[in-house]
Amino acid sequence: MTLAPTRVRREWILTAIIAVIVLGVGARTPVFLTWRNALDTGNDSAILAILVMGQMAVLLTRGVDLSAASNLALTGMLCALAGKAWPGISLPLLLVLACGVGALLGALNGWLITRFALPSIVVTLGTMSVYRGAIFVSSRGAWVSDQDIHPLIKGLPRDTLLGLPMLLWFAAGVVALAVWLLRWRREGRELYAYGGNPSAALYAGIPVRRRLMLAYTVSGLLAGLAGLLWVGRYSIAFTELASGYELTVIAACVIGGVSIGGGVGTVAGAVLGVVFIGVINAALPVIQVSPFWQQAIAGFVILVSVALNARSQRQAGRQILERGHAPGTQGAAA
Amino acid sequence: MPSEPVQPVLSLRGLHKRFGPTHALRGVNLDLVPGEVLALIGENGAGKSTLVKILTGVYPLDEGEIRLRGKVLRLARAHDAHAAGIVAVHQETVMFEELSAAENIFIGRQPMRGWPGLKVIDWATMNRDAQRVLDQVGAGFAATTPVRELSLAQRHLIEIARALSQQAKVVILDEPTAALSQAEIRDFYGIVRGLKAQGVAVLFITHKFDELFAVCDRYVVLRDGASVGTGLMAEADESGLVRLMAGRAIDQIYPAVRSVPGEVVLKVRGLSHPTEFDSLNFDLRRGEILGFYGLVGAGRSEAMLALMGLNPQARGDVTVEGRRIDVREPADAIAAGLAYVPEERQRQGGVLSFSVRHNMSLAALAGPRHGLHGKMSRGPWLSALRESEFAQRMIERLSIKTASHDTPLSGLSGGNQQKVVIAKWLGLNPRIVILDEPTKGIDVGAKQAVYQLIAEMVEQGLAVILVSSELPEVMNLAHRVIVMRRGRQVHEFAQGAADAEAVVAAASGLGEGAIAPAGSRTVSPAFSACQTELAA
Repeated sequence: MTLAPTRVRREWILTAIIAVIVLGVGARTPVFLTWRNALDTGNDSAILAILVMGQMAVLLTRGVDLSAASNLALTGMLCALAGKAWPGISLPLLLVLACGVGALLGALNGWLITRFALPSIVVTLGTMSVYRGAIFVSSRGAWVSDQDIHPLIKGLPRDTLLGLPMLLWFAAGVVALAVWLLRWRREGRELYAYGGNPSAALYAGIPVRRRLMLAYTVSGLLAGLAGLLWVGRYSIAFTELASGYELTVIAACVIGGVSIGGGVGTVAGAVLGVVFIGVINAALPVIQVSPFWQQAIAGFVILVSVALNARSQRQAGRQILERGHAPGTQGAAA
Repeated sequence: MPSEPVQPVLSLRGLHKRFGPTHALRGVNLDLVPGEVLALIGENGAGKSTLVKILTGVYPLDEGEIRLRGKVLRLARAHDAHAAGIVAVHQETVMFEELSAAENIFIGRQPMRGWPGLKVIDWATMNRDAQRVLDQVGAGFAATTPVRELSLAQRHLIEIARALSQQAKVVILDEPTAALSQAEIRDFYGIVRGLKAQGVAVLFITHKFDELFAVCDRYVVLRDGASVGTGLMAEADESGLVRLMAGRAIDQIYPAVRSVPGEVVLKVRGLSHPTEFDSLNFDLRRGEILGFYGLVGAGRSEAMLALMGLNPQARGDVTVEGRRIDVREPADAIAAGLAYVPEERQRQGGVLSFSVRHNMSLAALAGPRHGLHGKMSRGPWLSALRESEFAQRMIERLSIKTASHDTPLSGLSGGNQQKVVIAKWLGLNPRIVILDEPTKGIDVGAKQAVYQLIAEMVEQGLAVILVSSELPEVMNLAHRVIVMRRGRQVHEFAQGAADAEAVVAAASGLGEGAIAPAGSRTVSPAFSACQTELAA
């Protein structure tokens, strides 16, 4: 049987757009095409990539995790405070603390959503403020500044392994785990299934609550890890840390083709979404756009790309007429 | 039927299920023997779907006993039903569109490989096993095909392959042929007989009597949530079954339509869409019922949506009472005198949480755009009094059974909900009413009332387009029937000019031969020259 004329995969379209931007900016300002700049852009995008993997798991289930940035900031602050209070703290302990606290906060989202059958946008909107408020409570509103950040935390994202900063290795590891979960594990496939058709998932006997818990817990865990890395990279922790960053995370997912409607999206696409945002953010200062305009332009470019993507995805109506003149392209097989 | 008593694989005793005040199942008894096809029949709302949902573990049971091979079975979750070997193939297939056929077959139980605890999905084995069962049911597509690219018939095959791969003992087929063409149905019968030969017990739910007699061994009739009769198919006849289903004799459910079609009120030329339908040409006359018959998914609803300005990619010429209209959005069509009662009552037609009154006034509220100044208002204000008057008038005229016009629509039965939705449009005094599957999911009594209403509407000079997949409905009511198949207008029959077989054959493409169907004739140059955009 003949298949539908295959759409050009959006991953390729996105790759092409990124390549055009990179080469275009590079033609004007060759410094943009250096290894140094690529490394900087990668470093700036690494934390975003980690968060995007978690957010993607949630988006696949038709949900959204608005509390990701607050979770990041709260976990980051708690790690910073722990490092300040116990100078003898070890790196594994810090990692366990970050991932544990993050996962706990994520699991709380999942529990509220599944236990009380609440919409995720409402629950995470609430916990977004709760977690943010908890930072203020735990730090009493004070900053933890450079000299008080534990050297282990500062060193974590900056140390290099095989010539690449650890931050990039963390991102690569998380992306690999995301591929493993979403492509090779039953649980991951069931996230796609549930998001694609929740009622069919019920009929198929998928443990829906457990899978939703998994998605929110993973999102929280990765936000926690990102919090530790963020505090280390920028050497500061304060109440408004990464405020509003959850929207960048969601934007990267959407640009990468993860559907807000659930059930659709690939890890490769989401990573490209991250790279796209990273490249835009790196390119605008290079071509000397005033910083006042940078944010507006970045937002505009994101809107344009999302609109283009939505256009390419829009169904052209159902296929009822026979394609071409070949009779019975569909149904003939039955 | 084997004559010696065979132990039933599944037996149900005194099943009860309540949803709040609604007593959906009130005593269902049923025995299912391996290797038999048992027909479960009953009117809409008799409790068939509820029973299926209980047997598949989606709804918990309130009271009663389900035994599988003599052992009491508890079905708390969908998983329990799967484990017990009870599998359902649903009316509207519930599938994961974005996943492949193989994944749909093995969802939740994919073959795994690797070390314990770190096992990963064994895609190669899964695809191979899926292909094997798909080939077994005669599916001619690859297991790796995404489901969104498959037709409804092919999706049914996936569900049956899923049942086979689970070594199901009991397969429930819930109106599986509703969307299949005649040839596909024949293949489907073959598969059902194959299941039977393997000793699978099949519970077959259908509304089509020919299917009952073609594949079923025994029947059980449900009425008002209780099993009211059972017997051998070989000893049953159609009128006896209908009497059991309805609990009374239904003699004349179609009213005599006495109106005589007058002048043309709606002229449609070259109505086309890139993928959904092509070159539709038809006229509709005052006082006429024009039937649109075809299989589910033949493009009828899509064409009607285009007339209402709800299908932006459609092109074509629409003339209402001699005046060309340019329909860009529904308001344009409504202003021209068209009204559309959609197929999916709950999703597109009525607001369930609104009262009967507010539902009825909804269309007429829109105000000046439709040239309907102040139908429901007094000056710039909405008038609750006028609204109530209108609602009361409609409730009486359509004999809608409701406690009051303040009752929420969700509190009415399906048939009465449908009448409310129709009343909403009558409030606009339309000249052309398009009814899309107006009797879908309502019982015989309510159907009768809707038919009566349609007959009255045309006698009062309205023109009606009746889109229906129920052949008797269009055959008995419509002055003319246009048959659509795969987006094309393939035939037109005048009332009494064709028998049911000819119409069904036209709709499912049997006996067409190599001759080009009537609908594929090209649009005359004059029409194509003046083709305008139906919508932006």
